[in-house]
Amino acid sequence: MNGVPVEHGLILAALLFTLGLAGLMFRRNMLFVLMSLEVMLNAAALAFIVGATAWGQPEGQAMFLLVITLAAAEAVVGLALMIQLHHRFRRLDLDAASRMQG
Amino acid sequence: MEIAFYVSALIAVLATIRVVTSFSPVHAVLYLIVSLLAVAMVFFALGAPFAGALEIIVYAGAIMVLFVFVIMMLQLGGEASAQERAWLQPRIWVGPALLAALLLLVLLSTILRGEAGEVISGELITATAVGGLLFGPWLMAVELAAFLLLAALVTASHVGRLERTPDEETGKGEPR
Amino acid sequence: MMMDSFTTTLVILSFALPLAGTLILAFSGGALGERGSARVGVASVGLAALATAWLIAGFTGGDGTPRTVHLWTWIRVGDFQPAMSLVLDGLSLTMMAVITGVGFLIHLFAAWYMRGEEGITRFYAYMNLFVFSMLLLVMADNLLLLYLGWEGVGLCSYLLIGYYFQNAANGQAAFKAFLVTRIGDVFLALGLFLLFSELGTLNISEILARAPQTWETGSTTVNLAALLILGGALGKSAQLPLHTWLPDAMAGPTPVSALIHAATMVTAGVYLIARLHGIFTLAPDVLLLVGLIGAVSMLLAAFAALAQTDIKRVLAFSTMSQIGYMFLALGVGAFDVAVFHLVTHAFFKALLFLSAGAVIISCHHEQDIRRLGGLWRTLPVAWGGFLVGGAALVALPLVSAGYYSKDEILWEALAAGEPGLMLAGLLGAALTCLYTVRLILGIFHGPANSDNARHARSGTGLAHNLPLVVLAVLSTAIGAWLYPGLHGGVLPPNPGESVEGGHTMVAIIASATVIAGLALAGWLFHYQRTWLARQVERGMGARLWMLWHNAWGFDALFDRLFVRPWQALVRWLRNDLLDQTMSLSAVAARWLNVRLVRSQTGQLRHYAVIMVLGVTLILLFLALAPALGGGA
Repeated sequence: MNGVPVEHGLILAALLFTLGLAGLMFRRNMLFVLMSLEVMLNAAALAFIVGATAWGQPEGQAMFLLVITLAAAEAVVGLALMIQLHHRFRRLDLDAASRMQG
Repeated sequence: MEIAFYVSALIAVLATIRVVTSFSPVHAVLYLIVSLLAVAMVFFALGAPFAGALEIIVYAGAIMVLFVFVIMMLQLGGEASAQERAWLQPRIWVGPALLAALLLLVLLSTILRGEAGEVISGELITATAVGGLLFGPWLMAVELAAFLLLAALVTASHVGRLERTPDEETGKGEPR
Repeated sequence: MMMDSFTTTLVILSFALPLAGTLILAFSGGALGERGSARVGVASVGLAALATAWLIAGFTGGDGTPRTVHLWTWIRVGDFQPAMSLVLDGLSLTMMAVITGVGFLIHLFAAWYMRGEEGITRFYAYMNLFVFSMLLLVMADNLLLLYLGWEGVGLCSYLLIGYYFQNAANGQAAFKAFLVTRIGDVFLALGLFLLFSELGTLNISEILARAPQTWETGSTTVNLAALLILGGALGKSAQLPLHTWLPDAMAGPTPVSALIHAATMVTAGVYLIARLHGIFTLAPDVLLLVGLIGAVSMLLAAFAALAQTDIKRVLAFSTMSQIGYMFLALGVGAFDVAVFHLVTHAFFKALLFLSAGAVIISCHHEQDIRRLGGLWRTLPVAWGGFLVGGAALVALPLVSAGYYSKDEILWEALAAGEPGLMLAGLLGAALTCLYTVRLILGIFHGPANSDNARHARSGTGLAHNLPLVVLAVLSTAIGAWLYPGLHGGVLPPNPGESVEGGHTMVAIIASATVIAGLALAGWLFHYQRTWLARQVERGMGARLWMLWHNAWGFDALFDRLFVRPWQALVRWLRNDLLDQTMSLSAVAARWLNVRLVRSQTGQLRHYAVIMVLGVTLILLFLALAPALGGGA
């Protein structure tokens, strides 16, 4: 039993993160964008856990808890916005909501 | 233990690929749940059972259920899939995918050139240690998290309120 | 000396009540309604007047020594420790009585005058704030606190002149008043700096004690200090050459003109010079200049008043003229007499302004003399007010309050060895007769010249009648007898007290002048109306009319001398080289803006892609930097 090198854990986190990022960039449907965001947050949380277990310190797990809190808050607000978007435009096309040019 | 890690890592990556590429919202959510469960397995394998449990309960349980509810509420079904298929042309996704791959390369090179050299042997970090940290020196962070959740609650209840849109009143009009 | 706590309470109440009124009104947010606001505004000043009356009763009953109420120390910076302390002596009590007493009557009248106007809460909040600031000005025992009140009354004056702010001209008038008085205020501030750097204190009694020890009579420094203080007084009291704001200040509601621009604030300059008499007696040349400015202002304003058509502008020039009398009295060293005239003037000019307000409201906001007339039957109360106030203004012998104070001024001028100033005073008295008679005949006699005048309705009610009646009583000889003369020990003795005989002679000459002036005015404006009207239409008469109507053209002169050169300078400076260099960055920013704005598509995915691109580049750079930079 040699254990898992810390690099492998971080590579997994990087893979998940870039996958989520790619989804964020090329999806137009807001639901998928939100799910991509969840994937990215999850990857960040994974990196924290990897760090915590590698150095045997509980701080990483505490950070994981905060990241989960953040993900919950983000999902709630994002979904509320999505319902509003659907209500106003009858579809989930993010490009439709470009009137503010912001 | 290593085997568990690598197998669940593979599952997680594959499931995530399906999440970002699938055309049906329901399939995507299901794949996302699989991915999250796989990540939870990774946590167990690494020796963080508390985090794994939380991942299952909060992420796969609560947050994903929220997504499913919204999908049910908005009745995203077959025609949405056709729309997705039309939107996901290669000329749209090739550029971002290449960019993401470039970023991945940079990240990987940085990780591999690092001199961490640590090996995770699967020692347990108990919930007691985490709890003692959170309700001791990190109490302020917990308070901040509570504030964040409260703010999210208020925002969601405000933003999610449905008013009558202009085109419902006049039949036709600029969306606000 | 220590004061008993009851007196201290009264002192604090007298100036805290108006402040409390302001705060209540300001924070009520209009919840009090019109009647409630008026009640709060009037009651706070009325209670302050009661407290002042009580204080005066206690003061005259006591030994009459000045007392100081120390509230707290304002700032403490090394030697500079101005205190929040209030002084009670004959002078400040007299001023307090005028401010709260006349102020109360005017507030009461305003309850009638302002009925149905918009923003009555705002009006009373400003008025109460004014009373508070004015009380602070006269009760301050150091010059810094006095300056606070000085600026406070200036602010309230600005706010109230611009009360009808929907009309841009009113805002302009308020702006002009603020700017012109500000010139004087700068002089006053410089004077305070000079006094502090030379004497090391701003406490008034200490200044008056130290000044004779520090300076010789007529030394350059004391002359400069006196000149700077005089500059402040000229601005506030609308004397030459800083007088141009007062006629325009009539844009405010008439009670404001009565309170601020006739009875109290404009006399603050007189109060200031009387309060700092020790400095001016050390600078006799400047003191003489005060008298000369007063005499010239009095005459110029009297001529200007002859050629005005707006009731309130006639009264404004007459105010300026009467303050000229006070300055004349100050200039001959008769400080006590100047304050005496200040008090009687406050009574009769407030009466005249309130009567004018009654006429204006009754005639549906008609202010032009030429369009009024024949109102003595329909508006008996206002007519009576004008008769009594006008009698006091022209100093009708024996029966009017103005006679006693103006006669004193003329006598002191002669006694101080300035017969020229006395002759100017006599000429001014004759001119006063002319414009007063013209005003009263124009408003109340002859034919009614417009529908507004024909359909006038007299005001009724306590708020309308009581102030006019009380002020009318005070404008008769009763008011002059009531004047307590509390200044023993505060102000130096008048020059006339050391001269024997001659007072009766001056009184007879003055009375004869007034009666002759009245007779001439009656003949001129009653029997020779048509001849006068022909004269002012062409030739010399028309030119004189225009000159006087425009108040000797000071506005145009200042416009040529200061405003236009300044505007030309500004125009020239707008495009100099330095400015162009500065605007380069603005041009560059605009150029970039036009190009960058195109990247704002509103497409969330574009932003995400660009952000990721940036992050990737930064990470790439960081990863490659050690390799590129080598060992560095």
